[in-house]
Amino acid sequence: MKSKDFGYQAIPPRHIDYDKNDRTLFYFLRRREPSISICFSCGSCSATCPANENTPFSFYRIMLYIRRGEKLQIAREINKCMLCGKCRLVCPKGVNTRNVILITRDFLNSGGQ
Amino acid sequence: MNKRVLIVGAGIAGMEAAAGLSSLNYEVLLFEKDEKPGGHLKNWERLFPTQRLGSEVLEFLEKGIGETVKLISNTNIISAEKSDKNFKVVSDKGDVWYGDALLITTGYDLFEARKKEEYGHGIYDNVFTSAELESLFLNKKELLTHQNKKPARIGFIHCVGSRDKKVGNVYCSKVCCVTAVKQAIEVREKLPECEVYCFYMDLRMYGMHFEELYNEAQEKWGVTFIRGRLSETAENIDKSLQIKVEDTLLGRPLRMTVDMLVLMVGFVPSKSTTMLGKEVGIDFNSNGFLKTMDEHTSTNITGKPGVFVAGTCTSPQTITNTIIDGRSAALTIHEWLSKSGTV
Repeated sequence: MKSKDFGYQAIPPRHIDYDKNDRTLFYFLRRREPSISICFSCGSCSATCPANENTPFSFYRIMLYIRRGEKLQIAREINKCMLCGKCRLVCPKGVNTRNVILITRDFLNSGGQ
Repeated sequence: MNKRVLIVGAGIAGMEAAAGLSSLNYEVLLFEKDEKPGGHLKNWERLFPTQRLGSEVLEFLEKGIGETVKLISNTNIISAEKSDKNFKVVSDKGDVWYGDALLITTGYDLFEARKKEEYGHGIYDNVFTSAELESLFLNKKELLTHQNKKPARIGFIHCVGSRDKKVGNVYCSKVCCVTAVKQAIEVREKLPECEVYCFYMDLRMYGMHFEELYNEAQEKWGVTFIRGRLSETAENIDKSLQIKVEDTLLGRPLRMTVDMLVLMVGFVPSKSTTMLGKEVGIDFNSNGFLKTMDEHTSTNITGKPGVFVAGTCTSPQTITNTIIDGRSAALTIHEWLSKSGTV
């Protein structure tokens, strides 16, 4: 018999568990697009991003999720990008943003290998 | 007869000021409590941002004081006062010297990391200070944990004892950020397999070529920078360390295990600076360093005529700035002695 649902559930801890997280994507990206290493989270990309205008979407946050190995967040966010490339124009460090998005999508579509 | 200048402290500022005054034909007595001159520079193997050897800078300073400056080492000056026309300084052994002007270059001490008890220095085996790490480099010792294992992951903690009202120091110590970047690179050079993380609040890369070094640390050496201040350290059963920080760029707490933790300890006024400042009766600024007459225009002048200051007894400074400040003090003293002649 199915137990009655009282609307309570165990909430997973919010912390980033760095020891357990899988950062394969980050190491993969760093080889293919080394400019990912130098992002310093200034937020220029997000300020100019048309996708960020109406939905919460932020390129530099994706970069942080990738560096920390927060896979769920990456998968949830990565397809919101429209590849317009405005972020690439404003980035003061010259991060190749579109390439990061494309490589990440390829990586996730190929099953993350 | 040539006028005589008394300089207390043969660190970088004292040595460079002595060299300047000596070349202006003053008789210089340079007092040093240690056996050798050089101050903290003696304990540093390589310098930011170029990774050049500290000993090269020390050689330059030693050449400056040469034969003409009278270096009086192993001498701890415990009191200084104006007596008639002169200044009188007295050592702890009771020896007395007189001079026409007094320059205080008694520098800084490193913040005592144990005061941040929650970081675990002196409690856990594998918590080191930046100075202890540098000492390993200087003495060509292998970088190993206390259990003689090669560390697989090292964390650098910025702002230890700086920008922290809880320990009474609200100021930034200026050099620790770029020192962490320098040492992080050195760890990666020596141990290519070891992951390196820097935990920072702000990265203050204000100097020429500092930003490039930071960039190089990320791009070439794969050092990861995480914005967030360490809350506490705990030791695991295998003596590795569990650290907790808030990843403030993601707005979430983060936990990580490291094999070694390096605390970037900041500057505090040295004991000699505090003691001598009180002894001579000059003012202190709100951070406990010696107060200068004007922060922009008169950095070597104190409220007491004939008493001058230079270097890190007045504020945290890089080596470059300390050398400039020492040189500037020499000229300031020269101007004062030429105009007034006597105290």
